[in-house]
Amino acid sequence: MTAHVLNDTGVMLDRSLKHVTRSLDTIITVTIMPIAFLLLFRYVFGGAIQTGTDNYTNYLMPGVLLIAIASGISYTGFRLFNDMQGGIFERFNSMPIARSSVLWGHVLTSLVSNAISVLVIIGVGLIIGFRTSAGVLAWLAVTGILVIFTLALTWLAIVAGLSASTPDGASAFSYPLIFLPFISSAFVPTETMPGPVRAFAENQPVTSIVNSIRALWAEQPVGHEIWIALAWCVGILIIAYLFAMAAYRRKIA
Amino acid sequence: MPTRAPAIEVAGLEKSYKDLKVLKGVDLTVDRGSVFALLGSNGAGKTTIVRILATLLKPDAGTATVNEFDVVSQAAHVRESISLTGQFAAVDEILSGRENLVMIAKLRRVPDPGDVADDLLKRFDLADAGGRRVGTYSGGMRRRLDIAMSLIGDPPVIFLDEPTTGLDPEARLEVWEEIRKLAGGGTTVLLTTQYLDEAEKLADRIAILHQGTIIVTGTLAELRQLLPPAQAELVERQPTLEEIFLAIVGKEKR
Repeated sequence: MTAHVLNDTGVMLDRSLKHVTRSLDTIITVTIMPIAFLLLFRYVFGGAIQTGTDNYTNYLMPGVLLIAIASGISYTGFRLFNDMQGGIFERFNSMPIARSSVLWGHVLTSLVSNAISVLVIIGVGLIIGFRTSAGVLAWLAVTGILVIFTLALTWLAIVAGLSASTPDGASAFSYPLIFLPFISSAFVPTETMPGPVRAFAENQPVTSIVNSIRALWAEQPVGHEIWIALAWCVGILIIAYLFAMAAYRRKIA
Repeated sequence: MPTRAPAIEVAGLEKSYKDLKVLKGVDLTVDRGSVFALLGSNGAGKTTIVRILATLLKPDAGTATVNEFDVVSQAAHVRESISLTGQFAAVDEILSGRENLVMIAKLRRVPDPGDVADDLLKRFDLADAGGRRVGTYSGGMRRRLDIAMSLIGDPPVIFLDEPTTGLDPEARLEVWEEIRKLAGGGTTVLLTTQYLDEAEKLADRIAILHQGTIIVTGTLAELRQLLPPAQAELVERQPTLEEIFLAIVGKEKR
């Protein structure tokens, strides 16, 4: 059965990746907005923001990547929704294949396409002054956090894709996620925010994730923040996965 | 096949959506190698029956077996035995026709997926269009591709849910021809349709589903006997509009 799961998931991944590479506009849309934010904060707002660091590009890089991932996963919900609208979802589910592969194909595709946009944005970051001397281990840790973050949000997108009744609904859930980094330590230090806003900013997942990635790139000790970041990501991942499976079972009766 | 047990057996099948009772005790038997037409108007419950038989929906009561496997307790075996062509062409619009076929062939783990795809493209008159995105296909081409995808792996039972709905007359005839070939090859076909002539032309047996139950079932000849014998009347036979259309378009196939 394991061999089936791998074979079937491979076929599904291949299919869904073709969808991504044949609609390059989705990758462009996903990368262009974060790049616009990157330039906007670097060249427009950046000069007025006091972060206590000498390289503001380094400061805002992690938050921009999270925005990119949050907007990237909305396409996963959209693609899954489209599958269900056409008959292909039913065709797959009436075939002797590992049923989990239908969803995993979309999840792995989300990982690949988000990896592409993250790399593009890091490339742009390097051009406008992003610098790090982080070693292999730190990079591995950053990659790990981003992968778990992507997985968590992707399963959330799967829930949305399975339960939505319109294509807009399948992707609109990501708007608040895209907005979350703005009320965090991603662009400005939380110390400048008024009490309740600051309390929210410091206790929502983005701040701990951003601070951890920033510390890893700056070769600073990450402290307990990375555990909070991981706890958030893994927690969201598990809950979203369970909800997605419940929604999937409801769909396939 | 060692046994000649029926390909499909349904007994006392019931299904409700919330308060709406769609199936109120459906019984039917489909012999191996036959074409069985399930006739009914929109909303009669045809698709619900097909979805239950294809393991996409669980019945509230009653039993159903396909290829001697229970659709609830042996769903995986049922899925090995069937292929479903639903009401909306279940094809991937972004892939090419050939890629669609190769994908299904890989999922069904047949040897040489590429050769299987090329054979089917030829057989369904899609060889020229095989490399093009399905999004550019006409309705008839999509349907043919859809049916071609259902044939991969030679499942003994095929469900065709309103296979010609929304097709133009030419495309309809093409689909009919493929269904006849299928039946000729020994595949059991369960066909749902709202077109009476489709059932008349293709089916060995016909069942009429009305308000959640099968009200009559039999061969066309048996159904004819339900009515008083036809009286001979001299009527000038006018060509049907379909015959005129096909004659003008130049694709008369009968």
